[in-house]
Amino acid sequence: MIEAVSVKQKEGSEGIIKTVKFKILRYDGNTMKKPRIDSFDVPIKKGTTVLDGLHYVKENLDSTLAWRYSCRMAVCGSCGMFVNSFPKLACNTQVMELEADVINLKPLPNFDIIKDLVPDLSVLFEKHRTVRPYTLRQDLGEMENPTGEFFQSIEELERYLQFTYCIKCGLCMAACPTVATDRRYLGPQSLTQAYRYSADSRDEGYADRKDIVLSPHGAFRCHFAGACSEACPKGVDPALGIQLLKRKAFAGSLGLLRSKKATRVAPQVTDAKRLQGVPDAPKRTI
Amino acid sequence: MKTRESTFWTWHLLAGGIILVVLGIHMAIMHLSKMLGTGGETHEVVQWTLVRMRSIDFAFAFMYVVLLGAALYHGLYGLRTIILELTLPERAEKFVSAVIVLLGFALFILGSYSTIAFYAMNGPMR
Repeated sequence: MIEAVSVKQKEGSEGIIKTVKFKILRYDGNTMKKPRIDSFDVPIKKGTTVLDGLHYVKENLDSTLAWRYSCRMAVCGSCGMFVNSFPKLACNTQVMELEADVINLKPLPNFDIIKDLVPDLSVLFEKHRTVRPYTLRQDLGEMENPTGEFFQSIEELERYLQFTYCIKCGLCMAACPTVATDRRYLGPQSLTQAYRYSADSRDEGYADRKDIVLSPHGAFRCHFAGACSEACPKGVDPALGIQLLKRKAFAGSLGLLRSKKATRVAPQVTDAKRLQGVPDAPKRTI
Repeated sequence: MKTRESTFWTWHLLAGGIILVVLGIHMAIMHLSKMLGTGGETHEVVQWTLVRMRSIDFAFAFMYVVLLGAALYHGLYGLRTIILELTLPERAEKFVSAVIVLLGFALFILGSYSTIAFYAMNGPMR
C-alpha cells in the first residue's frame, strides 16, 4: 500500500469544508500482478461529487489514474464504480452525502478490470444483445419500409415505461449476488430489457426471446435479493422486471398467456388544419 | 409459450403450494393438535397406535405420498438451482440434472413403497 499523497489545503478557505481521504484500487493487467490501494487527500466543497474528487486527484496528484466518464449527469452510465462497498455512479454521488472521512473506491465487481476503476463492460453488452433488445414484429415489410408510426396508448406505454430508463451502467449487475456466482446468468439488466420489449404493445418478439430468457441461466435463477433495484440510479427496478417476466413465463406454462398481436400503424391525420403562426416541422433527416 | 425450464419452475411453484396445504394438515395433526384441537397427537411422544391408524387410512396414505413427491421435487429443484449457479460446464450441468432426477425417483419409490406396503398389509383391503 502506498502512503497518502497529501496536498495541504486550508479547510475553511475557498469554500472547502473538509479533506477526505480517497482510497483507490489501482490495477493494470499489463504491468501489475496484484492490485494495490493508493490514498489521496481530496479537499471537499459543498456539492463536490466523487467524480469531481477523481478529477482533482488526476489533475493535482496522480495523472496516471484511470476511470471512465462522459456526461457528468447520470445519463451516460459510464462512471459506475464501487463507492464504499456500494455500486454507484461517481457523478451522481456527492461526497458529503456519504458521511465518511474515508472513501474507498474500487471498480465494479462481477466484471473484469481493464485498468484502475475501469471495468470491462463487454459481458454486459453481450448479454444485452442476446435478448434481442429491439422491436420484433411479424410485418417485416412495415419494419423495413415504415409508412407511419405504430399506435400506442398512454396505458400501453406505462406498462413498460420505467424499464426504458436503463442507461446500461452495469450497477445492477455489480450488485447482483447471482451474477457473482453464475457467470452465465443473464443478469438483471438484460432480463429487464427483455421484459421491457416483450411488454411493449408494438412488439411481438416474446416467442423469439423466451428460449434465451427462460433458459437454465435465465430469469429463474433470480433469487429476488433486490440488490439490483437498490443500486439502480435511474429507478428502473430491475427486480420488478424479472418478477414480471417470471409471471409471464408462469402464465405461459399454464397456457394462460393470451396471444399478442402488435399494434398497427396509426392512421395518418389528413384533415387537420394548421393553427396560424405554427411553423412547418423540419424535414426528415433519415 | 413455454420452455422446459419454465415448466420445471412452474412445477416448483405448484409443488410449493401443495406443500403449504399438505404440510399444514400434517402439522395440524402431528404437532399442533393440542393447541388447535384438531384431534391428532396429544402426547409429546408420537403414539404408535395413532401412526398405525393414520397409515391404514387411504386419505392419509395418499396425502403422505403427495407430500413426499411435492417435497422431493421442490427441494431437489432448489438443490439443482444452487449447483447450476456454480457455473459448471454444460455437460456437467446435464450430469447433475440427471443424477438429481434419478435420486428423486429413487427416494420417491422408496418412500411411497413404504407407505403403500404398510397400507396394503394393514389396511382395509387385508
